[in-house]
Amino acid sequence: MSEQKLQSQTVQTTGHAWDGDLQEYNNPLPTWWIYTFYATVVFALIYWTIYPSWPIGKGWLSGVSNISYVNSEGETVKHQWNTRALLMEDMNKAAEAQKPYFDKIASTSYAQIAQDPEMSGFILSAGKALFSENCAACHQQGGQGVVGFFPNLTDDDWLYGGQYEKIHETLMQGRRGHMPAFSEVLDAQQIDQLANHVAQLSGIPHDAAKAEAGKRLFTSETAACYYCHGADGKGRQAVGAPNLTDRIWLWAGVPASEDAGEKVAAIRGVIYNGLNRGVMPSFADRLTPEQIKVLTVYVHELGGGQ
Amino acid sequence: MQTGLEEQLGLYQKRIPIFTRSVKGRFRRFKTSVLVLAYAIYFLLPWMPWARHDAPAQAVLFDLPGRRFLIFGLTVYPQDVVWLALLLFIAAILLFFVTGLVGRAFCGYFCFQTLWTDFFIWIEHKIQGERPARIRLYRQPWEREKFLKIGLTHGAWLAVSFWTGLTFVLYFAYAPQLVVEFFTGQAAAAAYITTGILTLSTYAAAGLMREQICTYVCPYGRFQSAMYEPQTLAVHYDARRGEAQHGRASARAGQRTLAERYEKGLGDCVDCGLCVQVCPVGIDIRDGLQYKCISCGLCIDACNSIMDSFNFPRGLIRYDSEQNLAQAQPGKPRLNWKSLKTIGYGVALVLMSGYLVYSIATRSSFDRAVTQIRQPLYVVLSDGDIRNRYQIRITNKAAEDVVYRISARGIPAEALDLGNFDEVRVKPGHSALVQASVRLPPDLAAGVQKFDLLITPVGKPAESRAESVRFDTPQRRP
Repeated sequence: MSEQKLQSQTVQTTGHAWDGDLQEYNNPLPTWWIYTFYATVVFALIYWTIYPSWPIGKGWLSGVSNISYVNSEGETVKHQWNTRALLMEDMNKAAEAQKPYFDKIASTSYAQIAQDPEMSGFILSAGKALFSENCAACHQQGGQGVVGFFPNLTDDDWLYGGQYEKIHETLMQGRRGHMPAFSEVLDAQQIDQLANHVAQLSGIPHDAAKAEAGKRLFTSETAACYYCHGADGKGRQAVGAPNLTDRIWLWAGVPASEDAGEKVAAIRGVIYNGLNRGVMPSFADRLTPEQIKVLTVYVHELGGGQ
Repeated sequence: MQTGLEEQLGLYQKRIPIFTRSVKGRFRRFKTSVLVLAYAIYFLLPWMPWARHDAPAQAVLFDLPGRRFLIFGLTVYPQDVVWLALLLFIAAILLFFVTGLVGRAFCGYFCFQTLWTDFFIWIEHKIQGERPARIRLYRQPWEREKFLKIGLTHGAWLAVSFWTGLTFVLYFAYAPQLVVEFFTGQAAAAAYITTGILTLSTYAAAGLMREQICTYVCPYGRFQSAMYEPQTLAVHYDARRGEAQHGRASARAGQRTLAERYEKGLGDCVDCGLCVQVCPVGIDIRDGLQYKCISCGLCIDACNSIMDSFNFPRGLIRYDSEQNLAQAQPGKPRLNWKSLKTIGYGVALVLMSGYLVYSIATRSSFDRAVTQIRQPLYVVLSDGDIRNRYQIRITNKAAEDVVYRISARGIPAEALDLGNFDEVRVKPGHSALVQASVRLPPDLAAGVQKFDLLITPVGKPAESRAESVRFDTPQRRP
């Protein structure tokens, strides 16, 4: 930088003098800065014309920009630009992009879906999202359920049947599991005998004498357990009566109990109080038929189905 | 009237235009060779054909919608991002390594800012003439000749900038098709926006801002001083030889030969100012090593040509080290690589390059990710058996459909249930998601902590890969 250049860049005053000798330096903003500022003003004006900006009374300056999308009913919706409309546009576009997959699934049989890696892969992903939104509140994120409240969908025990058609029926119609309370019908001793019998059925430690008495009660008209659970205790899927002879517990907190006494006590509790918690709502009017089909295959896959 | 501190400087410095003189010599030849080679690669590579049956026939294609980079015979997927990390690491280390040895060689010969600026100056030279003619034109009032020449120069710059921007975009789509679409208004908006931005930024950076980019914008120019050592070779002016006792002086009569100058105590520098005139960043190298110097070597060429014409020995301005120049008897300049730093960078460079080559050479034709389903970790089945489930994702990186067979090692074969997908066919670039469930009786499960899932492309048993996974049971809670 030459000396000459330095001279030309010295600071000037504003040219006005106060009180005879008081002056002010004139240090204007750099040109690039001031033009950038003007550019932002122009940008703001353009922005206000295109997008919603100022509140006016109860409304607002809406801007000329519009958003249009095709909704699920096939109607074209036109809306003033706002972020909610933008979201609706995205959602509808995503639904449209997924539609071919859902359509293909709707027109394919369960057996064929199970053979097709692409459709199965889609169901694993889309089903997981649907399951998280609709089912996980009760059955938990992975479908493992909660002992005493919500059935585990990942095991091989199916209360109402694990075939595709049965799972579909469960989703469409909902289920209402019920077991009457036996506190009025049986005395404490009888309930204890029955509990020992149930413990014997699934191979956990029990009192053999009580279990023998319980076995007679199980098939008697007094307790009439066999009506629902069957004479052999293997349950009846038609009424959602669980199989008592396997290692899976839904209602009685047996796996969490420490010793044999507690386990039998847990069974006793169920017989004494009965059950009316086994309620699953119907999803027929909450989800589309394709979504229910995806969930059917997903749940079937969770536990391996039947 | 009191006017106060007139000497106070303005906060903003206006650019002082630089008119470089052209020069001939070794470094100019080297720079021109690099420029021609780099431009040939950059501008022609998108047009190079390469036969592919699942993608456009373009040798280098960054296929963003397809989520893959096609580079000759190599297909790079997003999961290969480690290669990019390695490449960037190698580039950084190479920069440090070279800078420690020979200074800002990257800045002076290879940086795209330098290359494009060089080419723009060449255009300017071709249209407006040599340095004196350009200065005259600059001082001239705005008349027909000035309008024409300056307009033509800027027009040519914009044309080169535009082709630079468009070429960049051509790497991202099939070039012959994109060019047609671009000029018929059918290309994607991204193509126009990218080309527009790059045209303007190239024009601004190489045409208008030039050395200001290196001086004010580029961080490397500023932190390079941290990489210099006293032994680092850089473009230096031999002040002792050039100035002697009584400084530099022009070669007038009576001080034209070395003997006469020596007698008068004058230095070898004839103060012709050529080294300043050829400098693209407008500095005087005789003021010593400075941060604006991009180490392009043009002043060496200029000085050597003058030294030759006076029959003085060459090398008044030369590549040398500060340490050597400070010695009483400066020796021959030599590359000093025997320092821990240089050797360390060298070793890192070799190791990382080796690893990158190894990693690419031994790449698998497919990617796999096996995750155990953790909600729940295990399920007790009705007969007491224990079941764990796994999700297997296979991504086919080969160029054709491949069938993959999934099997298990370390557990009985019948324990593994894959539904209908013991074998799964995957299209190139696609992935398949398969759910595997493993069922073991309790006594067997107690002995299995881990087992392997094998994924084998059918017909290529050598490419089989094993993934070790856990098997969880109620007894062994994590």
